[in-house]
Amino acid sequence: MERITRHVILSVEEKKKVKFTFAGRSLEALEGEVISSALFANSIKIFSEHKKDGSPQGMFCANGQCAQCTVIADGLPVKACVTVVRERMKLEPLKGLPKIPVSACVSEYGRVEELEVDALIIGGGPSGLTAAAELGRLDVNTLIIDDKHRLGGKLVLQTHKFFGSVEDCYAGARGIDIADKLTDQLKEYPSVKAWTGATCAAVFSDKKAGVLRDGKYYLIKPKVLISATGAREKTLAFPGNTLPGVYGAGAFQTLVNRDLVRPAKRLFIVGGGNVGLIAAYHALQAGIRVVGLIEALPECGGYKVHADKIKRLGVPIYTGHTIVKAEGKRELETVTIAEADTRFRAVPGAEKTFSADTLLIAVGLNPVNEFHLQASAFGMNAFVCGDAEEIAEASAAMFSGKITAHKALKSLGIMAGDVPQFWFERLEVLKSRPGAVRKPPPRDHDKTVYPALHCHQEIPCDPCVTVCPKKSIKLEGASIMNNPGFAGDCIGCFKCLLICPGLAVTMVDYRKDKNAPLVSVPFEIERGLIKKGDTVTLTDWEGASLGAAVVGDVKDFKAENTLIVIVKASPATADKIASVRLYEPEKTSAARPPGRPAARPLNDDSIIICRCERVTLGEIRKAIKSGVRDMNQLKAVTRAGMGACGAKTCESLILSVFKSEGVDLKEVTGFSRRPLFLEAPLGAFSNAKCETGHGEKASWSGF
Amino acid sequence: MSVDNYDVIIIGAGSVGTPLAMFLAEKTRKVLVIDSLPSVGQGQNKCAIGGVRATHSDGSKIKAALRSIQIFSAWRKKRGDDIGWLQGGYFFPVYSEKDEVMLKDMLKTQQGFGLDINWIGPEKARKLVPGIAAGDLRGGTYSPGDGSASPLLSANAFYRRALKLGAKFNFNESVTGFIKENGAIKGVKTTKASYCAPLTVNAAGAYAAPLSELAGVIVPVRPDSHEAGITEPVERFFEPMVVDLRPGEKSLNYYFYQNSEGQLVFCLTPSPPSWGDDRRSTSEFLTEISKRMINLMPAAANIKVRRTWRGLYPMTPDGFPIADFPKNAPGYALAVGMCGQGFMLGPGLGATLASVIAGCGSKEDMETLEGFRLGRNFSGQEKLK
Repeated sequence: MERITRHVILSVEEKKKVKFTFAGRSLEALEGEVISSALFANSIKIFSEHKKDGSPQGMFCANGQCAQCTVIADGLPVKACVTVVRERMKLEPLKGLPKIPVSACVSEYGRVEELEVDALIIGGGPSGLTAAAELGRLDVNTLIIDDKHRLGGKLVLQTHKFFGSVEDCYAGARGIDIADKLTDQLKEYPSVKAWTGATCAAVFSDKKAGVLRDGKYYLIKPKVLISATGAREKTLAFPGNTLPGVYGAGAFQTLVNRDLVRPAKRLFIVGGGNVGLIAAYHALQAGIRVVGLIEALPECGGYKVHADKIKRLGVPIYTGHTIVKAEGKRELETVTIAEADTRFRAVPGAEKTFSADTLLIAVGLNPVNEFHLQASAFGMNAFVCGDAEEIAEASAAMFSGKITAHKALKSLGIMAGDVPQFWFERLEVLKSRPGAVRKPPPRDHDKTVYPALHCHQEIPCDPCVTVCPKKSIKLEGASIMNNPGFAGDCIGCFKCLLICPGLAVTMVDYRKDKNAPLVSVPFEIERGLIKKGDTVTLTDWEGASLGAAVVGDVKDFKAENTLIVIVKASPATADKIASVRLYEPEKTSAARPPGRPAARPLNDDSIIICRCERVTLGEIRKAIKSGVRDMNQLKAVTRAGMGACGAKTCESLILSVFKSEGVDLKEVTGFSRRPLFLEAPLGAFSNAKCETGHGEKASWSGF
Repeated sequence: MSVDNYDVIIIGAGSVGTPLAMFLAEKTRKVLVIDSLPSVGQGQNKCAIGGVRATHSDGSKIKAALRSIQIFSAWRKKRGDDIGWLQGGYFFPVYSEKDEVMLKDMLKTQQGFGLDINWIGPEKARKLVPGIAAGDLRGGTYSPGDGSASPLLSANAFYRRALKLGAKFNFNESVTGFIKENGAIKGVKTTKASYCAPLTVNAAGAYAAPLSELAGVIVPVRPDSHEAGITEPVERFFEPMVVDLRPGEKSLNYYFYQNSEGQLVFCLTPSPPSWGDDRRSTSEFLTEISKRMINLMPAAANIKVRRTWRGLYPMTPDGFPIADFPKNAPGYALAVGMCGQGFMLGPGLGATLASVIAGCGSKEDMETLEGFRLGRNFSGQEKLK
């Protein structure tokens, strides 16, 4: 069983076991667990075979958006990632098309209830929850819905501490804890109703939203509609991109941090933005070896503190590299990368191949804006916030939720004034991309105990400043983008070490021994992994080795779920020590096997672009070459974008194919957007009660 | 302003204009098709669900549709590309005596035209459509020669062949007026240029009436909208298009079939009709059709709906198309008012019109067009709209 039984941040609850079968094998799941996680926990990554070519299918979005994880559950096709395992559930792989039991009978129809609310918020993540609280504060009749069973959106998957400002967005707290804070806050506002397990399937021209909740369909008529629908991950076109084991960072975090399943032994990551860097960190926390991370640009786009944090632990980051291919017989076995030229093409002959069972694609996010666009087109009083409006950090999402709520309040006639200008300015700061990196400045004091700050890139962050009881850490300017500096007294309280989201503060203490200072470094990987007396490799802020040392002590700060490892150091290295290494670099870089030509990924016509319908790059290029410029015509002739996900996954890939074929995107007509934005069984729309021969279908779940 | 010369200008690259262009090009006519949208079939063609039947209640329509069926059914063999043709037949299940009398009465007319359509009893009906609600099912009419094809694939197949034969298609270009000379139509003016031709055909579907007005010809065509949807694909479990004539709460009939991919495609006729060209989806459609469809076929309850849309039926007062050469506007022809059947009538009508335009129309062609005259009094009623 591949389950995480110990985790430094997440508590592992004892859960009841549920028996089920998959392809005749008797297996166990945990009560309340979705099928995909239960299968992964049983080391099953191939769920089904594609109808078109029999290719193995597994999990991809883990978010109910595509249908790649479809299995047959008690005779009916369901999405494994959103269907909970029931006791004695009989699962079968889907091969070809699903056979629908014709013996089904409908015993009764329900009524479709219509509800009127002042505000409907779609999405209970950081922006939606903040908006809901703002509306609740003024007693606005608000309904906030989320398709998951717990509010918080992607915050509930984030075990790391957050950046931003303490004042505006709980900086220094972990994502999962922020989710709880935002959720608890709603309890103070009785006018706010929250529905979990509630999925918006579409908005309609009669200004109603169709919502499926616990197997019941509702039509909600709001005076204002706020789309706080977050983002979806972009994907990449390369050979092997649809092999089971290749998926997005969000899906990975769901498996690891929500369902406590260890889906990988050897993980490789594409993308050095915050999402990829954080996924690597989460993997390390879950006891998964991160074989490498690549970024096509010369530098990682994410915060340097995130990148440094994983480099210090021993994860190799290959900048200026691109993915060449993923290979494996039925599921992922190897990943091949190569140095990229200035146009991000692989340089032939410069390949490296790694053995890996999981490859995460973390190459950026696209806003989930279909609800907002549709609602706006239908003349609804529609607002949008968070990532659905503009991709940024959760800290910015919270603040944008607050701003959007005020815009909504104004449109409802509840608030007279405009949103204060400085709020927008503050939002811009929170949305800031990381800025310049400075050289670590030399120490300019002779204190015997002091924090060493390994934070030298401008990012919007201030918890260390806020937390210092002596007010000795100050930003070197008025903006939270400025770098922090130490000046004043230090009492060695560890507060700055414990709160820093980048784990970029260490403590140097000469008080016991003038010649052999104690250096304390924060550590957030498994408890017990590093013990007193162990020999560890110390690293500088960017992961370079500073030699070995013996661990003098490990302190466990349970409230912060952070360990502090204390080592004795020399005065020469004390200020430089930033971390202990988790593992030594692997000798992985097998050169290209002799005799095989260098892969040319951008010319490989067999690459799958539309994974739902398995439409290849070659088919799309052929259509483009024949003159197709309307994506709706492309869809008509190739079926690209016609599948279950509704072009959510392939749209941006297709646009990049147009570009690579030399077509000006101004000439290209985009896909028409149509409901539904999520597939749902026909019977759900009339709340029918249905029998299938496997007992009564209690609710319309798992679509 | 550039002026090109063509033999025929067709306004509308949809269900009717595209096959017409293809058949004219086959007859070596120099054809220009102009459409305001970015590619072929982007108006109502792609909203059609794909049913193709000859089992209508009138001779002209039956003739045109039979010709369409010939074209659809032979396409793959003749031209190589798959257009999703399936000869699954049409089945009209009957649950009341009144409907039985009406359909059996019409059966005589239909059989009179040589159509392969018969009454089948409830047992045979259950075999034909496994899982159909059988309680008070009395049987129904079944026409095995009818079928379905993919409107998207068909339009593109006709388009590719038309292009290959030399037809020219100008997309993203709207007709703004006609070039007139002594009351005759000599060509069109568009948002980009002017084009001359001895004949201009209005095949503008839902937007035919205001366009025709510019040519000085009033046509009684106005669109109403119908919503449709498509499910995930499932293993084939029934063949025919099922048409349920019983009225519902907010609708008249509805119909559905399983397309060549295995997806259920369904469409509802709203009651009262929804006049106008609003194509935005409503919340009423799914709740209404869900109840009705699973009442007839409970198994459908478990099939996931993938997408819905709303398309326009360019209606005429009697439910029959208008395909004519108006006397008061020489150089102008109409292929309009398909009443939601442009897809199934388009190829047959296109072939017929092309022959007539090329001056080689047969007696049969003339008879087909006879029922589609603009000058008729529109007092009749198509019984199976």
